[in-house]
Amino acid sequence: MAYDLVPLAVFLPLAGFLINGLLGRTIKREGLIGAIGSATVGAGFLIGVATLLELLGAPADQRTRIVEVMPWISAGDLSANFAYQVDQLSVVMLLIVTGVGFLIHVYAIGYMHGDPGFWRFFAYLNLFIFAMLNLVMADNFLLLFLGWEGVGLCSYLLIGFWYDRKFEKGTTADAAKKAFIVNRIGDFGFLIGMFLIFSTFGSLRFQAVFAQAAGFEAGAPVLLAITLALFVGATGKSAQIPLFVWLPDAMAGPTPVSALIHAATMVTAGVYMVARCSILYALAPTALMVVAIVGGATALFAATIGLVQNDIKKVLAYSTISQLGYMFLALGVGAFSAGIFHVMTHAFFKALLFLGAGAVIHAMHEEQDIQRMGGLKKHLPITYRTFVLAALAIAGIFPFAGFFSKDEILWRTFSSGHGVLWAMGLVGAFLTAFYMFRLVVLTFEGESRWAQGQHPHEAPSTMTVPLIILAILSVGGGVVGIPPSLGGGNALEHWLEPVFRPALDKLAGGMHEDHVLEYVLMAVSLGVALSGIWLARLWYLRNKEIPGTVAARLPRLYRLLWNKYSVDEAYDMVVVTPLLKGSEKLLWKAVDVGVIDWAVNATGRVVAWFGRAARLLHTGFTATYILVFLFGVVAVIGWLLAQ
Amino acid sequence: MTAEPLLFLFLAAFAVTTAVLMIIQRNPVMSAISLIGNFFCLAALYLMLRAQLLAVLQIAVYAGAIMVLVVFVIMLLNLGDEIKLPVRFGFRRTVGVVLGFGLLLELTYLLLFTPETAEHEMLHADAPLIGTVEAMGTALYSQYLFPLQLTGLLLLAAVVGAVILAKRRLP
Amino acid sequence: MAVPLTYYLALSAALFAIGVIGVLIRRNVIVVFMCIELMLNSVNLTLVAFSAFLGDIAGQALVFFVMAVAAAEAAVGLAIVIALYRNKQTVNFDDINILKW
Repeated sequence: MAYDLVPLAVFLPLAGFLINGLLGRTIKREGLIGAIGSATVGAGFLIGVATLLELLGAPADQRTRIVEVMPWISAGDLSANFAYQVDQLSVVMLLIVTGVGFLIHVYAIGYMHGDPGFWRFFAYLNLFIFAMLNLVMADNFLLLFLGWEGVGLCSYLLIGFWYDRKFEKGTTADAAKKAFIVNRIGDFGFLIGMFLIFSTFGSLRFQAVFAQAAGFEAGAPVLLAITLALFVGATGKSAQIPLFVWLPDAMAGPTPVSALIHAATMVTAGVYMVARCSILYALAPTALMVVAIVGGATALFAATIGLVQNDIKKVLAYSTISQLGYMFLALGVGAFSAGIFHVMTHAFFKALLFLGAGAVIHAMHEEQDIQRMGGLKKHLPITYRTFVLAALAIAGIFPFAGFFSKDEILWRTFSSGHGVLWAMGLVGAFLTAFYMFRLVVLTFEGESRWAQGQHPHEAPSTMTVPLIILAILSVGGGVVGIPPSLGGGNALEHWLEPVFRPALDKLAGGMHEDHVLEYVLMAVSLGVALSGIWLARLWYLRNKEIPGTVAARLPRLYRLLWNKYSVDEAYDMVVVTPLLKGSEKLLWKAVDVGVIDWAVNATGRVVAWFGRAARLLHTGFTATYILVFLFGVVAVIGWLLAQ
Repeated sequence: MTAEPLLFLFLAAFAVTTAVLMIIQRNPVMSAISLIGNFFCLAALYLMLRAQLLAVLQIAVYAGAIMVLVVFVIMLLNLGDEIKLPVRFGFRRTVGVVLGFGLLLELTYLLLFTPETAEHEMLHADAPLIGTVEAMGTALYSQYLFPLQLTGLLLLAAVVGAVILAKRRLP
Repeated sequence: MAVPLTYYLALSAALFAIGVIGVLIRRNVIVVFMCIELMLNSVNLTLVAFSAFLGDIAGQALVFFVMAVAAAEAAVGLAIVIALYRNKQTVNFDDINILKW
């Protein structure tokens, strides 16, 4: 039934990619290209909904199905097929990817209007959706890796979409390369993990691996190695410490790309992967602890950088990193479904924030510096309202979607006994509320700081309709995860529970339910978020001299944050420069020129020398050839006679 | 029966002489005439070997058809001109002559030191029978029918090829 | 007294060697062509001699085919000589080195 249509949902975007990619230049009509691109993704969403309904109708223990499409690789013990695992987790991811993806496709029709690369843009977007769906639907690690690499490739293509534009110190192509290379480092970790899995379990299929893994003892060294290697991959794809540096630069791409890839979907791949392998992580408590610490540290660290950035997309980029940190924190403390819940709500409000930012940038004619905006709420009423709703959601204000997911994460962190991580998360939440409302205030409120000649105008309806839909989801998306303490059923957690059951069994204990404490913590985090908002409005709307004074009072701290802790520079110094110099001096000048080129040229010279010698025989005169031939005949007969 | 070796020696001497004359004459027409003489010698030798049909064909095809064609081409192209060329007996020709004699030496050596057997002394008893037109015709149209047909095809191809190669290119 | 086979073979070898030398020392393409005919005939003589001494018709049948091929070769070869002369105004072996390319 609807299960069997899941492969269609995956391959339709591929068809869209092929049509737009091969024929887009000839089609030319933006409406048609955009319609093809959006419809293929939208169809995937409808199939996802149908599948969800069918799964809801099935008993809880019969909701996992494998849909085989075709054999792919089969060599010895290794076999990986194009087979999709439809279960509670993958269907949620399918809905997020295609749903948010569809809205962003529609938005992009308006945003990319008039761009000469319009068809190319939609082809890349569709290819991205295809890769991402393979990633989340795969039933084995290799197919997941295909999608994993595919989204990395599409990310590269889309960040460098305007490959000739200036971006910071170079061009957007440099940012694209940075993203690709940093991702490759993570992918290397993922590959190692995959090799280890194959050598340990003799299979790459999720069900086979996880069934065997359940028999392992907790803390087995090989599981620790596997999970840590996979987590290196996750830090690359999901922009966690230490491989987060590519994500802020990824803002060089067009804004719908930032929304789709670098906020709503692709960066959640790492979260999804860790959640998918929850049983492996549950059996490696050390790795789980590493995940939690990296997540908590990233959440706080990225939030502090976000405080002082002036580029509208940069602020959002750092907030993405920070929010991804929360998701990993949730996974690390064993609250897998809370992590996926945050993936979902974050997809809604972060896509909305980016699309809203895109509308602002569109209106301001490619201006991205929030110090040169202000007072836009009169001119962009829809964008303003939806943006504020999203900001409230990300800040974690009741009853917006972000409140439930973030609060769930913090509560689970605290209740599982990770007090320090909880404190970090709480500070992060305060900073989130602060920088988001700093952004809102500087962009939309106060008096205008832009040049007089400009006339910002509201975006066309293809752009505003997705904004409104996403705003509704950002406000109401939390209903699927209202905790029992607030009278909800926490539907999502129950829904995902069978997937995480084996892992949760291994982690048993620690989850003590204490409603009073939960209410207190809820109040605390709400209060923290509200105070963040209040402080932001106070500093940037009423007493505008305060930020300057603070910055002047704490010059070193300010400079540290402004320079983003100089992480890029440190990587340059420690990794990039030695690599470049070493490559140039040793590998290029010595090995390549001195050894390889020399050997190649020597081969050529030897052949040329033989050629020169042999050429003397070829005079072109038939008589000479006959003479040589005769010499051969006489010699052979003579040799035979001599025998 | 002593006449037969004498006849052979006479014919052999004549054949070698005409062959040498052919390659040392500087006028191609004279070379062609020497070669025709050589072919007549060979026809006579075929007769000594009781190969009647081949002797006739040797004269008809070689001396008659092929050599007439050669002489015709020499006349057509008006090729008396080698006479006017300077005699250049360079390195290549020296080596060629040496190698030619080397080949001859090797073949002679081979003949001298091959052990004689009785059947090499006398013609086979059937020799007069197999060289007749009847025997050859029977063999060619039964045992060698397929090669014969192929030969016909080859000759057709040669005719077409010769016409295409030799005809003047139309503007 | 009959003539032994060896005599025929020796004559054949002599004619063949003369033909070879002729091919190498003459520069008129038509004469070279005639030298090749001489070599073919020397081989024919060998075949006929063996055929007669062994009482096997195969040798003579092969000579028949050699003649047919020689006729075909003569027709095509002389046509090539004519075409060559038309293009190069020469039939001198030493002036023709177009095989170099």
